[in-house]
Amino acid sequence: MMDGSKSPVIEVSHLVKNFGKVEVLKDIDFKTYHEDVICVIGSSGSGKSTLLRCINMLEVPTAGRILFHDRDIMDRGTKITKYRAKVGMVFQQFNLFNNMTVLENCMAGPVKVLKKSREEAEEIAMKFLEKVGMDPYIHAKPDQISGGQKQRVAIARALAMEPEVLLFDEPTSALDPEMVGEVLEVMRELAKEGLTMIIVTHEMAFARDVATRVVFMDKGIIVEDDSPEVIFNNPKNPRTKEFLSRFIRNK
Amino acid sequence: MYIPALLAASDRTFWEWVVYLLQNNWMDFLRGAGITLLLAAIGTLVGCIIGFLVGIVQTIPMEPQDHLFKKIVLKIVRGIMTAYIEVFRGTPMIVQAVVIYYGSLKMFGIDMSAMTAGFVVVSINTGAYMSESVRGGIDSIDKGQTEAAKAIGMTHFQSMISIILPQALRNILPQIGNNLIINIKDTAVLAVISVTELFFAAKTLDGMYYQTFPVYLIVCAMYFVMTFTCSRILRWYENKIDGPDSYNLAGPDKSQNTAKKRSPGISMQLMSGRYFEQRSAMR
Repeated sequence: MMDGSKSPVIEVSHLVKNFGKVEVLKDIDFKTYHEDVICVIGSSGSGKSTLLRCINMLEVPTAGRILFHDRDIMDRGTKITKYRAKVGMVFQQFNLFNNMTVLENCMAGPVKVLKKSREEAEEIAMKFLEKVGMDPYIHAKPDQISGGQKQRVAIARALAMEPEVLLFDEPTSALDPEMVGEVLEVMRELAKEGLTMIIVTHEMAFARDVATRVVFMDKGIIVEDDSPEVIFNNPKNPRTKEFLSRFIRNK
Repeated sequence: MYIPALLAASDRTFWEWVVYLLQNNWMDFLRGAGITLLLAAIGTLVGCIIGFLVGIVQTIPMEPQDHLFKKIVLKIVRGIMTAYIEVFRGTPMIVQAVVIYYGSLKMFGIDMSAMTAGFVVVSINTGAYMSESVRGGIDSIDKGQTEAAKAIGMTHFQSMISIILPQALRNILPQIGNNLIINIKDTAVLAVISVTELFFAAKTLDGMYYQTFPVYLIVCAMYFVMTFTCSRILRWYENKIDGPDSYNLAGPDKSQNTAKKRSPGISMQLMSGRYFEQRSAMR
């Protein structure tokens, strides 16, 4: 996976993000290759979500570079909307468009951004809604479906853009325990199909089973970046050990 | 007070006067009401357009990395807009009407009819109030909506048009209705520049017959019928755009939306699955 012949899809180097005087991210270096499933773990406030939001430029980095296929996305010449169309994002709070039905939510991107015809967009939307099992609910409005269903629609909406990389920002943290399974099941399926994903999560078992790499963050730095076997079975850093101690003890 | 020609007429009782006025002058009342409605409708519509334009410009995000030129232009435009809002919200419409009607001729040599001046005054006055409503409406939409739109590659303009404004419009619809009703009533002040709306018609008829109470009672009822009808129509429209409360499944739900509804096989697998158990243990 990490052989030198392949260049990374996304490469983050020396990334710094300050909110006022608070340093949220301190010198982050991090590479994502094609078909990677990277789980970013760490306690709240460690900067995981901020890192993800920086990658999608929802937060503007204070310093450092983010390269997408070796092109700096912070260059003036880079069309940020074009880049975002290729890098999808799934949010903790789903953020489905409240003025649209389930189907319209998934068609909005293909029609408005990719300029596809409505017929083609509907076909694409239906394909991905079927994949997440939400095709019977196409006429429902977001406030008429459950949290787990919303998140599955949000995933279909992101997939409808046929992105190269999909970012997940704690996709199951706002869900009732009984709905977590259905969302993780969909994500597991996507990982199996080889979609490149960066997932910020608190689902340790999911990270262990599905990730190709696990990144542990603490206080704005990447403490450890390794295979799930190493991170979960014998982490090198004492901070990682401490963080995972509860999980490992429960195993 | 008593004009001989009207002496005989003044023998009529109050209700007889009401009937007499309605029979003989119904056209005057209706014409006045028509002009009132026209002024209120056009004024509210144009006011809304102004309000949306100003509200949208006021909410354009300004990022630190934006071009300096964009920042300066935006600052100046916003300054002008804020001044416009404050001035027109902060002065009475009756005074604005006089200033604009007479002032436009004196200052700029624009000779507009009283009616045109009326449209202008109501529109920009409503626009000032609507700007603030629109700004509030846009601000009230969850930031997540904008972020989700950005995340699929929409520009600020695209996300405004297809995501934010439709939701903001729904939220400020009661405010638009409010403005329409206020305009139906407040166009009465345009009588001061001789716009021949309903109040002006009333003043004229009052001057003809010296029957203040019957005339104004009729006018009062007419104003109320107009505002009440408008408020009902708007309420109906609000319900209509909210759409139905329920939806139809487009096919059998094979996916089972919660663990409870899953078929036993999948459900068991999920409930007893490794990660589900560990999840609970993590809590």
